[in-house]
Amino acid sequence: MNAASHQTDLKHHATGTDTTVLSGAEVLLRVLVEQGVEVIFGYPGGAVLPIYDALFRQDAIRHVLVRHEQAAVHAAEAYARSTGKVGVVLVTSGPGATNTVTGLLDAMLDSIPVVCFSGQVGVPLIGTDAFQEADTTGITRPAIKYNYLVRRAEEVAPCVHEAFHIARSGRPGPVLVDLPKNIMVGPAPYSDAPRVPHPSYHPQTEPGRDVIARAVAAMKGARRPLFYTGGGIINAGPEASTALRRLVEKTGFPCTSTLMGLGAMPAGDRRFLGMLGMHGTYEANMATHDCDVLIALGSRFDDRVTGRLDAFSPGSFKIHADIDPSQINKIVRVDVGIVGDARRVIEMMLEEWDCTSANTRQPIDVAQWWHQISEWRKIDSLGFSQDMAPDAIIRPQYAIRRLHEMATATGRDTYVSTEVGQHQMWAAQHFGFDRPNRWLTSGGLGTMGYGLPAAVGAQVAHPDALVIDIAGEASTLMNIQELSTIAQYRLPVKVFILNNQYMGMVRQWQELLHESRYSESYSAALPDFVKLAESFHGRGLRATCVGELDGVIAEMLAHPGPVVADICVAQDENCYPMIPSGAAHNQMLLGPDQDDEISAEGRMLV
Amino acid sequence: MTTQQESPVSAVISIQVENESGALARVIGLFSGRGYNIESLTVAPVDETGRQSRINIVTTATPRVLEQIRAQVARLVPVYRVSVMTAAEPHVAREMALVKVIASGERRADALRIAQAFRAHPVDASATSFVFELTGATDKLDAFIDLMRPLGLAEVSRTGVAAIARGAAIL
Repeated sequence: MNAASHQTDLKHHATGTDTTVLSGAEVLLRVLVEQGVEVIFGYPGGAVLPIYDALFRQDAIRHVLVRHEQAAVHAAEAYARSTGKVGVVLVTSGPGATNTVTGLLDAMLDSIPVVCFSGQVGVPLIGTDAFQEADTTGITRPAIKYNYLVRRAEEVAPCVHEAFHIARSGRPGPVLVDLPKNIMVGPAPYSDAPRVPHPSYHPQTEPGRDVIARAVAAMKGARRPLFYTGGGIINAGPEASTALRRLVEKTGFPCTSTLMGLGAMPAGDRRFLGMLGMHGTYEANMATHDCDVLIALGSRFDDRVTGRLDAFSPGSFKIHADIDPSQINKIVRVDVGIVGDARRVIEMMLEEWDCTSANTRQPIDVAQWWHQISEWRKIDSLGFSQDMAPDAIIRPQYAIRRLHEMATATGRDTYVSTEVGQHQMWAAQHFGFDRPNRWLTSGGLGTMGYGLPAAVGAQVAHPDALVIDIAGEASTLMNIQELSTIAQYRLPVKVFILNNQYMGMVRQWQELLHESRYSESYSAALPDFVKLAESFHGRGLRATCVGELDGVIAEMLAHPGPVVADICVAQDENCYPMIPSGAAHNQMLLGPDQDDEISAEGRMLV
Repeated sequence: MTTQQESPVSAVISIQVENESGALARVIGLFSGRGYNIESLTVAPVDETGRQSRINIVTTATPRVLEQIRAQVARLVPVYRVSVMTAAEPHVAREMALVKVIASGERRADALRIAQAFRAHPVDASATSFVFELTGATDKLDAFIDLMRPLGLAEVSRTGVAAIARGAAIL
C-alpha cells in the first residue's frame, strides 16, 4: 500500500463511508501499517491466533519467526538500533510474554525503542488463573517505559498509536501492549493517531539557551577539556553524530565514548581517545581523571564508566546533557545540567561557540593538554603481542583486528553485534567503528545471548550488509536456536566465535578476586560448532592456529550464506587494560604482571 | 552518590497522576524497586472529572535522594506533576485516625477527657468501647494514641498524610 492511497483510505474511513467492520486484530495491523511498521519479530500461540490469522491475510507487514521470544526482542532491538525505527515484537500470552522480560529490560537500560504486543486471555478470564494467563503488565512494569492492558475494543487503535509515540519520543524505550484474545476477535473501531497522545506525557527535547550559554562559557575557559559521549548521541539519529564531529573539530577538544556511544566519532579520528571506563584506554581514563571541564553528552555516569565515585574526575567542572532529567545529578553532581535531545544540545553548543568571542581562550593551553594526552597514548594500552608462527595460538585481540581489517577491505557496510563478556570488550577495543548505528551490543543489562538474535534483526533490516556476531562460545549457546531462524530466512549472518572454552570474564574475575578458583566457569561439553553450523544448513569453519586465521576469515566473508567460524583462541587471555573494582581511573591495570591488589570494598562490587 | 554526608529529612511527596489502571502500581513499584521508603500513602481522585488523582507519600531521605525521587517519579508516563515538601517548604500536612478504646469505669472517663483535650470526636460508642475520630499533624495523632495505650487502646486505623502547600502556590 503506498502512502497516498493509504491516506485516501484513512479519510474514507474517517468520514464514516467505510462500512467495513474490522476485527481488533485487523485494527492492530492497520495501525502498524500507519506507523510505518515493515517487520514484526514474533512467535505464535493460542492467545494471538487471531492476530496471526490477520497477518496471514495481508502482505504489507513481514513476519520473522524467531525460535524463542527473548530472541524476538533482541532482534527487534537490533533492528531499531541499526535503522532508527521502532522495533516490533509479537508474542503469545503467559510464557510467550514472560520470555520477553529479559529483552524488554535490555531495551529499557539501553534506551531502545521497541513495541511488544503480547496476547492475553480473554477479558472475562483475566484473574482466573486461566491457561497461559500471566499478569503481563504487572510482571513487565519495572522492565518497560510504559505498558497497556487493552480492555475495550475502542482502546485498540489509540493505545497502539500512543505506544509507538511513547517508545520513540523523549528517552526511547520499550512499550508493551497486552491484547486480550476476545478484543482481537471481536469488532473494533479504527481511529487515527490521537492529537494529544497521552495527557501527562511531555518529554522535553529542546534545551534551554541559558544553560547552553553557561556550558559553552565553561568550555571556552577550559585548559584540559574532554567530551564524554554516550548512547544518547546514537539515539538522537545520525545527524547528532555529524554535529558531534563538527563540535569536536571546531573546539579541538579530545573526545571519549562509552560502550554504547561507539561509532558516533570515527574510531580513527585523531581527537578520539577510544572508550573510557573499566576496559577503556589508558589515555581516555587518564584524561577523564585529569580534565578540568568534562562535557557529558547522552551518557549517564554508569558504574562501568566511573569506577570509584569519590575519585571520579575529581577536579573537573562538569556539564551533563541528557534527555532524561532523572539522569542529571543521579550519580555524579554536575555544575551545569542540560535537559534536551543530544542533537539539539550539540547544535546549540555550536551556535553558541560561534557567537561568543573566540579571544577568551588561549589555544596554547589546549595544546599542552594534547601534549599530555599524546604521552599517555604512548603507553599503547591496547597493545598485545601475537606470535606470528603459523602454528602459534591465536590471541583474541589479533583475531578481532584481522576481522576488522579484512571486513573493511570488502568495502561493505558492516554491522557488528556481540554477546557479553571478554569478546565484547575486545570487540569494542579493537573493531574500529567509523559510523553510528553499526555497533549492536547489550550495554546496561549485559545480556549473554544478545548477539545472535541481534544479528538476525540487523540482517533483516539490512539484507545486503555484512552482519557479524562477534561471540563467545558460552554466550552464543544461550540463544543458539536462532541458527534455525537464520537458516529459514537465508540470512547470511557471520557468527565469529572467540572460543576460549571459558566464560572468560567470569574466569578473569575469579583470577582477580577469588584466587583462581574457577567455580563453574569452564565451558564443558561444548558442541562441535562446525557440525552445529552444518546441521543448521550453514557453513562451519574452524581456525586453531594463526596460520589458519586469515583463510577462515576470508572464506567466511566470501561465503554468501550463514557461517559459524569457531576461532580457537588463547584460553588464558584476560581483558586489559582494566580499572579494578573500587579503583580510580588513574589506577588502571595495564596487564597481568601488574600488582593487582583489590580492596575489600572493591570485592563487594560487581 | 558522593561521600559528602547529608542527614535524612522527612518529606511528603505529592504526585498528580492520570487516574488510569496501574498508575499507583507504577509509583509504588518505583519506590520499592529503587529502595525508597514509604512511611504512609494516600491516594484519591481530586479533579472535577475524576480523571486525575493525587498521591501523597511520606518518606524520609537525604535531600539528594529526595531530588532523585522527584526526578524518577516525574518521568513516569502517567505523572503530571510532583512536589517534594519538607520542613523547608511551608505546607500543611494532616492525617486522620480512627482509634478504638475498650475500657470501663475510671479508664473510660479518662479516655473521654483526653479525647476532648485533643478535639477527638467519639464517632461510635458502646457500653465498653469508644471509637474516636482525630484529625491533625502526625505527631499529634501519635501523642493521642500513646495516651490511649494504658487506657485500653484496642485498634488504630490511620489514613496517612494528605499535604498541600501554604499560600497561593499550587502543585
